[in-house]
Amino acid sequence: MSLPTQTEKIAQQAIKKPKEAGKASKFFSSLFKSKTGTIGFIIVVLVVLAAIFAPFLAPYDPAATNVASRLKPPVWMDGGVAGHILGTDNLGRDILSRIIVGSRVSLLVGVSAVLLAGVIGMVMGLISGFYGGFVDTVIMRLVDSFLAIPNILFMLIVLAIMGPSLTSLILVLGGITWVTYARMVRSETLSIKERDYVRSARAIGAKDSRIIITYILPNVISSFIVIATLNVASTIILEASLSFLGLGIQPPDVSWGLMLSDGREYLATSWWIATFPGIAITLTVLGIIFLGDWLRDVLDPRLKAKKG
Amino acid sequence: MKKFIVKQLLQIIPVLFLVTLIVFILVNVTGDPVSLALPMDATEEEREAMRVALGLDKPLIVQYGIFLGNLVQGDFGDSFKYQEPALPIILERLPATLELAVAAMIVAIIISIPLGILSATRRNSFFDLFITGSSVLGKAMPNFWLGIMLILLFSVSLGMLPVSGRGTFAHLVLPAITLGTGIAAEMTRLIRSSMLDILGQDYIRTARAKGLVEAIVINKHGFRNALIPVVTIMALQTSTLIGGTLITETVFAWPGMGQLLIQSVNARDMAVVQAATFIIALFVIFSNLFADLAYRYLDPRIKYD
Repeated sequence: MSLPTQTEKIAQQAIKKPKEAGKASKFFSSLFKSKTGTIGFIIVVLVVLAAIFAPFLAPYDPAATNVASRLKPPVWMDGGVAGHILGTDNLGRDILSRIIVGSRVSLLVGVSAVLLAGVIGMVMGLISGFYGGFVDTVIMRLVDSFLAIPNILFMLIVLAIMGPSLTSLILVLGGITWVTYARMVRSETLSIKERDYVRSARAIGAKDSRIIITYILPNVISSFIVIATLNVASTIILEASLSFLGLGIQPPDVSWGLMLSDGREYLATSWWIATFPGIAITLTVLGIIFLGDWLRDVLDPRLKAKKG
Repeated sequence: MKKFIVKQLLQIIPVLFLVTLIVFILVNVTGDPVSLALPMDATEEEREAMRVALGLDKPLIVQYGIFLGNLVQGDFGDSFKYQEPALPIILERLPATLELAVAAMIVAIIISIPLGILSATRRNSFFDLFITGSSVLGKAMPNFWLGIMLILLFSVSLGMLPVSGRGTFAHLVLPAITLGTGIAAEMTRLIRSSMLDILGQDYIRTARAKGLVEAIVINKHGFRNALIPVVTIMALQTSTLIGGTLITETVFAWPGMGQLLIQSVNARDMAVVQAATFIIALFVIFSNLFADLAYRYLDPRIKYD
């Protein structure tokens, strides 16, 4: 180990640290300037914390049934039981605990499906836009045919065949929603590949893979992140819908959509079973939309101008 | 124009072909129709006989050929649940779904056009913020949950409207509002931004400069032009609308194609699923084509190439 390199390392670290701190504080000052961005950020942080610490936060075991205290209303109503803040369901399970634990499925499915879809869509879009020609035609016709079948129907059929489970839910959601990214990435690639710096790179003989990875990808990524964030929101709603229809998460696992389907049965007598999980979904999705809109304003100012 | 239509129609062919391939692969390759159709304790001979009867002993490519040949004749095979050809079962349910879809679209138009215009003309006012906020909320709320909450309020608590089923106008109200508001949330936002776009144009300034009444400027010069993208957007909502009927029909026990589809998927009645998926895809593809044509017809600035 030679002395100069070590000095260099220390020097680099010294330079790097304040720079990063500057980035973080810049991030937060920009975030807190936007009211909705701040609200969205706070909601998302709370939901993530709830999902991570669910076993410690949930007052009861979400699967523990208790016939003695079934269909108890929330604590502020007549007949409410002190321990069950949001009441209990038809099997006497604590609603609040189930909502806290249910956040895990929503986030896990939402984020993993979006990552899967994003990777597939990014690769397909880059190839389609960069190479054009026959490959482009095939990929785009495939995208068109995916778009011709409503998402939820497509997913139901695949889930019915694969058998519903957490893994197949993620695979199906990711394997079907990639087309949105493919379209977006393709159209961005089409315009970027005509720019001068890409032409120059090609002129000096850069390989295709190098052009795609170092010149095109970084320019597509900011719109990509915005769309991906907003799609976590719509994926969470899709998961809830599929679970509600009985082909998503299966009991005894806990999901907000599944709770809504239990609640649907007891609407006439126990409004709280279907009400609270719906509020949880709406707030979570709202938080993600707010955060995504703020990200768009920061990362992709062109879109802000369009939005008006 | 003619050339353009022909070109678009030609593009539809590979898409339709791919749709049939996707549906075929989904049902015939990944699943095992024999074990789905027979009881669990069927003997190996029974299975083999079933396989031959369904043509499953033939190579896949031949099976796909037969499937395509039958499809062209409108034959999707028999539903094993109803023991009848699949297509008529679906067509029987189609009117109920169309009724719901049209009613929902009317609700969406009634809500979104006035609200979209008003929030654009009163940009950044309290009213605008309220409408923009509500449309975000409408997007964040799962549509079927809104339906459940409407049942809770209007049917369970107030007893004003029926909980489920189809028949009278009262039965239609809640499902149409549920499905319509989801679409209205998206449309209001788009009408607002389309209207804002138009109001910034030079010819609006000219219209105001020559002393026209503001109402005429907004209605005649503004709204008519803002409608162009809106028509396209409405046609492009077909897929969302049909997807929405699946779940709305389930929530309200509305006896349409969506409810039939969910039941058929759950019963693994794949002939019905195949047929319905194909018909829905046809609907979506042609309404997208219509959107494209309408856009070009309404806005002569767009060239056909």
